[in-house]
Amino acid sequence: MADFKKADLLDMYYDMVLIRRFEERCAQLYQEGKIGGFLHLYIGQEATGVGAVRAIRKEDHIFTAYRDHGIAIARGLDINALMAEMLGKVTGVSKGKGGSMHLASREHNFWGGYAIVGGHLPLAAGVALRARYMEEDFGVLCLMGDGATNIGYFHESLDLSAVWDLPVVWLVENNQYGMGTAVKRASGVEEIVKKAQAYGMKEGPRCDGMDVIATYEAVKEAMEYARKNGPVLMEALTYRFVGHSMGDPERYRTKDEVRQYSEEDPIGKFGAYIKSKKKGTDAELAELDQKAAEAIEAAVQFAEESPDPTFESLFEDVYVD
Amino acid sequence: MRNITLIDAVREAMDEELARDQRVFITGEDVGRRGGVFRATMGLYEKYGPDRIVDSPLAELSIVAIGIGAAMAGLRPICEIQFADFIHPAMNQIMNEAAKMYYRSNGAWPVPMTIRAPYGGGISGGLYHSQSVEALFAHIPGLKVVIPSTPYDAKGLLKSAVRDPNPVLFFEPKKGYRAIKGDIPDDDYTVPIGPVNVTKVGTDLTVYAYGMMAYYTLQAAQIVEQQDGISVEVVDVRTLLPVDRTGILTSFKKTGKALIVYEDNLTMGYGAEIAAILASDGFEYMDGPIRRLAGPDVPGVPYSHPVQEAFMPSPQKIADAIRDLAAY
Ligand SMILES: Cc1ncc(C[n+]2csc(CCOP(=O)(O)OP(=O)(O)O)c2C)c(N)n1
Ligand SMILES: [Mg+2]
Repeated sequence: MADFKKADLLDMYYDMVLIRRFEERCAQLYQEGKIGGFLHLYIGQEATGVGAVRAIRKEDHIFTAYRDHGIAIARGLDINALMAEMLGKVTGVSKGKGGSMHLASREHNFWGGYAIVGGHLPLAAGVALRARYMEEDFGVLCLMGDGATNIGYFHESLDLSAVWDLPVVWLVENNQYGMGTAVKRASGVEEIVKKAQAYGMKEGPRCDGMDVIATYEAVKEAMEYARKNGPVLMEALTYRFVGHSMGDPERYRTKDEVRQYSEEDPIGKFGAYIKSKKKGTDAELAELDQKAAEAIEAAVQFAEESPDPTFESLFEDVYVD
Repeated sequence: MRNITLIDAVREAMDEELARDQRVFITGEDVGRRGGVFRATMGLYEKYGPDRIVDSPLAELSIVAIGIGAAMAGLRPICEIQFADFIHPAMNQIMNEAAKMYYRSNGAWPVPMTIRAPYGGGISGGLYHSQSVEALFAHIPGLKVVIPSTPYDAKGLLKSAVRDPNPVLFFEPKKGYRAIKGDIPDDDYTVPIGPVNVTKVGTDLTVYAYGMMAYYTLQAAQIVEQQDGISVEVVDVRTLLPVDRTGILTSFKKTGKALIVYEDNLTMGYGAEIAAILASDGFEYMDGPIRRLAGPDVPGVPYSHPVQEAFMPSPQKIADAIRDLAAY
């Protein structure tokens, strides 16, 4: 196991808490009608996002699906600009045009969230092609849900990435459901990594996505392999504690099941781990909790005070002049 | 007579067709136990079971294409696409297989299927949950394209779609799912696919619209009638393909002025076809410019509320456009 410094562990902890607070606050803002449309929260999956994103380098690239807040935060996008985007403000990362599902930042090599399920997979392969074409040393981390592995894009992208040895880590965040459909009701194999065999691609691990360290190590190894040799398909086994999106009646799973998983809260578990390794005290963790809560409140205030996009912005950026 | 919402009408139509015809089945993502994203299929799984209300994997191309094959083999699929924005992976199958099958088989292989999809903006869905896609499909002979604006039409037209021996694209105005209510009779009825419908009689000018915009247009017509004394005739173009040329012309011959309203992008939108019909076959009745009020030519409906509102035609904007045209 990698030897984490105290500061690294506390940083990861902070990111996870920051994501949790961000999501909880978004849920509230949605109830208040300040966030509209469709809101997909990352609560429960924080360890996967933080572990995976921290495991790759700045020069590596990231694609993800619409459940993207946690990935954006872990990648270090400005929390104020993220919250402003949620509220559709001009100071948002996408100037209010995209909203929750399309957070992105080129300077972070974060190509963003994609709302058409699976649509981003071939794009990720295309970005990875540049690394081979220009002989540059970077890889692409492409996250997707379990449901996304059943659409045709998945097949074509994985096959092509294997044929061309593209440096991609295909990371399936397997939270066991695609909307209301359990994995086994939609996929011929329940162990999604087995799909790698069909493409002659390296079959990566099914790591514990509720464990930030385990995810970190698995993704780190996969990315090193991918950069040198070619694509890897791997899974992080995780669970979302809340509905698919706001207002999901969740008729497809039992309250008991949700309760059981929620007891294994990745943040609580990681906090306990930090303390057991004597890398942090209750007081230090509480201080980080407090700091995260304050950062989120400041972000909400920033977002609320920010101006709306102008009418003219509707017509901007249609063509490159 | 009962007063129900548009989405309830959609559900009732499917319920009755499932009961009437054993060949009818529904497939799509989470149409079963979950009852659909908008709950259009709520309760049908419990009533008809997993063999007839079939949850599919996340795979639009196959949802549609398996429907095409099943229809060729004599079943009557209703395929649900959760949002019209997600129909594009299935475009090849619709355009190249469904639309051409009867033609290429010289009339041997009809494709009696229905593809349902909620469309349209105004719900803060942003770029990928707000699209209007009707013009893409209305361009393809061999398909039928239907968009209801009332619960009565939603139910009657959907039942017709299911019984129709051709592939029917049935687009539902999602913003109106629960906002639009109306009376429907208690007994079995259908509304024919084909003819447009005059939903309000008037004399000064004609407004053509469908779906959510037909609903808004009725509101706008009331505003200008009360405030400005303008008498508006409203034509609900509830079937877009095949085109009801005669029905479209009839009203224009009377009023001589036309405004066409749609929320899809202006250029190459469905209103261009209506304008062309009026210009070519209604020339001698023309009493003013043929005007269109539509979504702007930008690639998507932005998320941010004020910009979304700037994109969308509204009763107020329609009323303004009517006043403008009436004053011509
Ligand atoms: C092409 C397409 N089809 C359907 C949808 C609607 N939809 C959004 S998310 C989702 C489920 C995806 O599940 P999964 O990939 O497991 O991701 P998760 O939501 O669990 O993170 C569906 C069906 C969509 N956005 N795009
Ligand atoms: Mg999932």
